[in-house]
Amino acid sequence: MSSAVPAPPDQPSYLGAETTVASWLGTRDHKRIALLYLFTITGFFVLGAVAAALMRWQLAVPSADLVTSDTYNRLFTLHGVVMVWFFLIPSIPTVLGNFLLPLMIGARDVAFPKLNLASWYIFVVGGLLALYAIVVGGVDTGWTFYTPYSSTYANGHVMVMAAGIFVAGFSSIATGLNFIVTVHKLRAPGMRWFRLPLFVWAIYATSVIMVLATPVLAITLLLMGLERVCGIGIFDPRIGGDPLLFQHLFWFYSHPAVYIMILPAMGVMSEIITCFARKRIFGYPVMAFSILSIAGLGFLVWGHHMFVSSQSVYAGVVFSFLSFLVSVPSAIKVFNWIGTLYRGSITLATPLLYALGFLALFTIGGLTGLFLATLAVDVHLHDTYFVIAHFHYIMVGGGVMAYIGGIHYWWPKISGRMYPERWAAFAAVTIFVGFNLTFFPQFLLGYLGMPRRYQIYPAEFHTLNVVSSLGAVVLAVGYLLPLFYLPRSFFRGPLAGPNPWKATGLEWQTPSPPPPENFGETPVVTGPPYDYPPL
Amino acid sequence: MPESAATFRRLYTTFGALIGLLVVTAAVSSLPSGWWSTPLSLLIATAKAALIFTIFMRLRDQPALVRIFALVGFFWLAIMLTLAAADYFTRFWPA
Amino acid sequence: MSAPAAPLPEAYADARQRDVANHLGMWAFLATEILFFGGLFLAYFIYRSTYPAAFAAGSRTLNFWRGTFNTAVLLGSSLSMALGDAYIKQGRRRALQVCLATTAVLGAVFLAVKASEYHEMYAKHLLPGRGFEAGAAPGLQLFVLLYFTMTGLHAFHMLVGLGLMAWLLRQNRRGRFTPARHAPIEMFGLYWHFVDCVWVFLYPLLYLIPR
Repeated sequence: MSSAVPAPPDQPSYLGAETTVASWLGTRDHKRIALLYLFTITGFFVLGAVAAALMRWQLAVPSADLVTSDTYNRLFTLHGVVMVWFFLIPSIPTVLGNFLLPLMIGARDVAFPKLNLASWYIFVVGGLLALYAIVVGGVDTGWTFYTPYSSTYANGHVMVMAAGIFVAGFSSIATGLNFIVTVHKLRAPGMRWFRLPLFVWAIYATSVIMVLATPVLAITLLLMGLERVCGIGIFDPRIGGDPLLFQHLFWFYSHPAVYIMILPAMGVMSEIITCFARKRIFGYPVMAFSILSIAGLGFLVWGHHMFVSSQSVYAGVVFSFLSFLVSVPSAIKVFNWIGTLYRGSITLATPLLYALGFLALFTIGGLTGLFLATLAVDVHLHDTYFVIAHFHYIMVGGGVMAYIGGIHYWWPKISGRMYPERWAAFAAVTIFVGFNLTFFPQFLLGYLGMPRRYQIYPAEFHTLNVVSSLGAVVLAVGYLLPLFYLPRSFFRGPLAGPNPWKATGLEWQTPSPPPPENFGETPVVTGPPYDYPPL
Repeated sequence: MPESAATFRRLYTTFGALIGLLVVTAAVSSLPSGWWSTPLSLLIATAKAALIFTIFMRLRDQPALVRIFALVGFFWLAIMLTLAAADYFTRFWPA
Repeated sequence: MSAPAAPLPEAYADARQRDVANHLGMWAFLATEILFFGGLFLAYFIYRSTYPAAFAAGSRTLNFWRGTFNTAVLLGSSLSMALGDAYIKQGRRRALQVCLATTAVLGAVFLAVKASEYHEMYAKHLLPGRGFEAGAAPGLQLFVLLYFTMTGLHAFHMLVGLGLMAWLLRQNRRGRFTPARHAPIEMFGLYWHFVDCVWVFLYPLLYLIPR
């Protein structure tokens, strides 16, 4: 990447237009709001990672007493709550989605800019409530808050934590609502639905899930909280209630929530792969329909979290079948990404390294999901480390890799400068190696019978746990590197120019960083996306 | 959309229909009940809601996209009710 | 129609586009409300199927006349809100003021009657918890819990509505609403009608369960 100095800009970018703190905290600019979110969720990521580090440290020895069992319970709850609601669910939508969505469709901003800023403040309030719950002692129910433990017996700060998640949910809804209306109403002339970049399709589908699923989480937490406060509630078996009703309501949200976490990652993948293979995406319409199918089918499978909960076996069979169905569009996407790379003109830049890592790890995660969707097999694997490995392969091996890859890919657009390629490539490989060392042994541990959420274990599982904990050290190094070189490059990296990757897409047709109003004049779209010249 | 006397007339008529449906549903509830009682009262409630949606909330004048947004929530609620019922109604089956 | 329209946020090309966007946004929010109340409807559906007799008995403990009266009151408040919306489209601010005030008063009447119903439940030892009438059929307490939760959540939404109406009344008195710019009235109207619709379903499900 050259460090050529471009001609002096005739207008300031969104970064330089105003520089007071007030101008940042009161901004309506989607690009600044994206950075506000970036800053906030990075903080939560570090917190969740520290909890994970303590857990892996404890688990390095079979009967360690680094922390008490009660503390360990609070650690894995903290890790789950923070990573799911305060890092992963916001990550790509609020950072990359906020920054890129208006740019990609040729708009000046989102549909409701003030609501966008409000969504960040709401998120911060929710986050502060969760932080307070953690600081005053935490919660030991697990991020799933199952009743009757959470509503009747738990002795942690369940109410405050639930309140923090409840509030953060409104931020999610506001963001999703904003994006949906933006995509419907603010596309530039000529930007028909089937000319949209797949990242936009992905953000749109994610937003639909956010809007339709999150309210159910809200009512679920409210009902659990009421039962806790009033000492009686609709999940209470003593009055004929069913604790399983909580699980139905909880998972009706939380399963689609995992698609909130992976669909944007899939959108990022399509952008990166097309650029670094210099090729049109293979099967664009099928890719778009797969995104919609995943979003829709994702609402029909929640019972696969409840196979051994005393849910009816017949319902289990139905949910198992539907869970198999939902894997099909995901698999189609993987095949199409490979089809895009095939005979492409490949550049192994860092974003593509992350994308290749995603392909490998998401595939493993997805295939192991089929094991878990198989009712009879899940009876043995439920609540073991197999489940943990499965979802970490998808959410971390897939979601986080795509998020970091996307940050690198669009870093020149966001900051106007390039990150250091060699450090970045090294970090990407370190993360990939560290991730596999950490989580692959966990498949084996789960298969061998090690339960999840246990802080001690039989000695026969020692070796695999040691490998996993050492892998976590490597993974941590990999994650720490961008935390150093990215901020450094923000201020001191070589200038990038409007389109350092020579990619297609409207976001690359404007300066880096973009001016506050995005485009000098509204672009007019006349062709399909990923319009790379034939090779 | 310029408002005319017809608009106001329509609003009053709709209100009359709503009250009429309320009277019907209240009266029916005092009759001896049967398998049809609950479906009927839900049907009447749906009719009331449809009137409120189309006339008071002006859905009849809105573009198709707005109407889709209005109805999608009910569709998703139906998914929730149906699949959850699949558990509860088959737990002790066959009895 | 000479009053200037609201300045457009820069992203919109024209007022019509912004208007449709407002409607889409509001309906998306109402969809979230459908799912939010929906969780309670699921609980109701499941438990009524499990305890049909207890739910019927529970329905008998409610005051049919107050429930029916309240339904009529809310339907009336929807009429006054719809009228107000129609009036401001004609520029008749004073008529809108009367309609908003009527809607607010009817809403307050509803809440007052609700409060009296809650008090009646308390007096009959039907508040869920330790004070609940002894020897009640299993499922009766569940019905009462659902009754309080569903109507309580609904009442909370009405309270929020009353608060917003106070703000709208003040804004209207300052002349903020014109035929060209009255989105807050229209959007609030959607919210209020929706809250009415929720009650339209709560009424038969809670008050009219057949024996």
